[in-house]
Amino acid sequence: MYRYDEFDARFVAERTEQFRFQVQRRLNGELTEDQFKPLRLMNGLYLQLHAYMLRIAVPYGTLSARQLRKLAEIARKYDKGYGHFTTRQNMQFNWPKLKDVPDILAELATVEMHCIQTSGNCIRNVTADHFAGAAADEIEDPRPVAELIRQWSSLHPEFSFLPRKFKIAVIAAPHDRAALRYHDAAVEIVKNDEGRTGYRVWVGGGMGRTPYLAYVVGDFVEKPDLLGFLEAIMRVYNENGRRDNIFKARIKILAHSIGEDEMRERVLREFQEIKTSGYLQVPDEERARIAAYFAPPDFERLTDEALPTDGDLGRWIVNNVTPHKQPGYAVATISLKPIGGVPGDISADQLDAVAQLMDDFGLTEIRASHEQNLVLPHVRQKDLPAVFARLQVLGLATPNAGLITDIICCPGLDYCDLANARSIPVAQEIAKRFADLDRQEDIGELKIKMSGCINACGHHHAGHIGILGVDKKGVEYYQLLLGGSAAEDASIGEIMGPGFGEHEIADAVERVVDVYLKLRRPGERFLDTYRRLGMEPFKNVAYGEQLHAAH
Amino acid sequence: MPQLLTANRLIDGRVLYWRGGGWVENLDEAEGFTDAAVADTALAAAKEFVARNLVVNPYLFEVKDGRPVKEREIIRAAGPSVRTDLGKQAKYGSTGTTSPAAPERDDDVSI
Repeated sequence: MYRYDEFDARFVAERTEQFRFQVQRRLNGELTEDQFKPLRLMNGLYLQLHAYMLRIAVPYGTLSARQLRKLAEIARKYDKGYGHFTTRQNMQFNWPKLKDVPDILAELATVEMHCIQTSGNCIRNVTADHFAGAAADEIEDPRPVAELIRQWSSLHPEFSFLPRKFKIAVIAAPHDRAALRYHDAAVEIVKNDEGRTGYRVWVGGGMGRTPYLAYVVGDFVEKPDLLGFLEAIMRVYNENGRRDNIFKARIKILAHSIGEDEMRERVLREFQEIKTSGYLQVPDEERARIAAYFAPPDFERLTDEALPTDGDLGRWIVNNVTPHKQPGYAVATISLKPIGGVPGDISADQLDAVAQLMDDFGLTEIRASHEQNLVLPHVRQKDLPAVFARLQVLGLATPNAGLITDIICCPGLDYCDLANARSIPVAQEIAKRFADLDRQEDIGELKIKMSGCINACGHHHAGHIGILGVDKKGVEYYQLLLGGSAAEDASIGEIMGPGFGEHEIADAVERVVDVYLKLRRPGERFLDTYRRLGMEPFKNVAYGEQLHAAH
Repeated sequence: MPQLLTANRLIDGRVLYWRGGGWVENLDEAEGFTDAAVADTALAAAKEFVARNLVVNPYLFEVKDGRPVKEREIIRAAGPSVRTDLGKQAKYGSTGTTSPAAPERDDDVSI
């Protein structure tokens, strides 16, 4: 994985001391809250319902065992013994004290971590396929590109005060595991007809109150041109993005108001101007230097094993283990969705224990996924039984990856200052309702995604079943959306109708799932059946007689 | 409808409630305002604590029978509903009672 050079280390250390001084000035009254707020946000520090919240960047979701141990230490020493993995592959602590945050940043810096650009109107933490470097279907590891973009975008003077935040994802496989089309911009590593590798560049996706899917603005960008091309996109956005209305300030609004042709023309025109004025090209040797940090581990020469498919181990393998590109290896998902638990939460003890597991099985890195799980990318197949046994002891062996109880869920009104409704208790209720693994496996792939407000941190627009919490005169209600997808068949979920009460929403979800089970054709996922039949048959049963639909 | 006055403490973000010209942590000990003018006067007084860099974002919210009307304020007063071992509920018991519970691990910061 990427390691800081001297410049990176000095930059993060200086930034930490800069923030220490800013906190000191705030506490002694030299800075007002209005002056301090943008400074703390630039360092990932929010003020939430109960306390401050610190968001720690995990670039493209990759972590080492050493970093996990540091997060565990911080959770114990400065927080309340746990952390929360987010849909941006980051980690959040929910209870830090302002006075302690400079010390936390100093601790993070010792393991090459920080909170820079995890908030604010800048280019945020770059995300990537959580199976990067391991997936059997990828063209190449997308993380060197993500790292290149991270370095380019960190404190970029031209793009530090954008109209609004800007999120970039990178993938290199036909199967989209990073919600590419829901990003402000996305880079898809592809091969052209000649077999040469380059980049398909997307623009204009997003969730929030106005969801849009990104479209292609660059069909095949040559490798040395990537940063120049991205710079062209950023300039078009910086110049034309709306700064007069925060709700219309994201690039998706610009991209879909001027349209695909006009956007493409503006970007290409800007790119030509950049090229003629002498632009940033990334030399082969620099790309090779970064790529070297992501060299695959020294894989042993192994052959594929006959893996069990029944019993507790077999079911975990069937649901949580994915083929690896290297014979004899596997990708193992550690579900952070225990039935009745808080999606994405992990205790300090679990963080330490997973780090120990990594050491014991020679695993140098782990991934945080945007689906709020952890991924061990390079597990020897012969080690799977022992890894599973260890995870069972840790309470981390829930065999539900990709199933109905593997719910993406934002912190909601239990923690978040922006939320209108609680989301975690609803996710817990639904998970308990579908706890039976036979039933989950019969239902098959079904992605429920839930947000506690229109900002959509829980990706509700992209859920096969999406749930959006709303506030009606101080009471929580929940809208149901069907038909969304964040994968390569991306689509935006359709709102079913009036919201359901807190105690009605799980019933409604269960009725919708029952309709699917009744009407599905062989091999159809929930999403397929919905796309074939539309909303009507599901809506007809969701609002049962005993349900009192809200307005 | 009666109102309470709340803010967050600057140094640690903790939720505070107004009582008698100062702040308490427990909603059950907060001062209720039935007179809007008195509430506004208290809010003005609270802003002096903002100027002194002790609290941020003071505001009034409605209560009925001493309990917050909105879910948001119920949760702020208690803690996460999904982690009843954390937040004020761990220290003071659930909102609406003052029964002691196992104290949350904490180093209190007074103002």
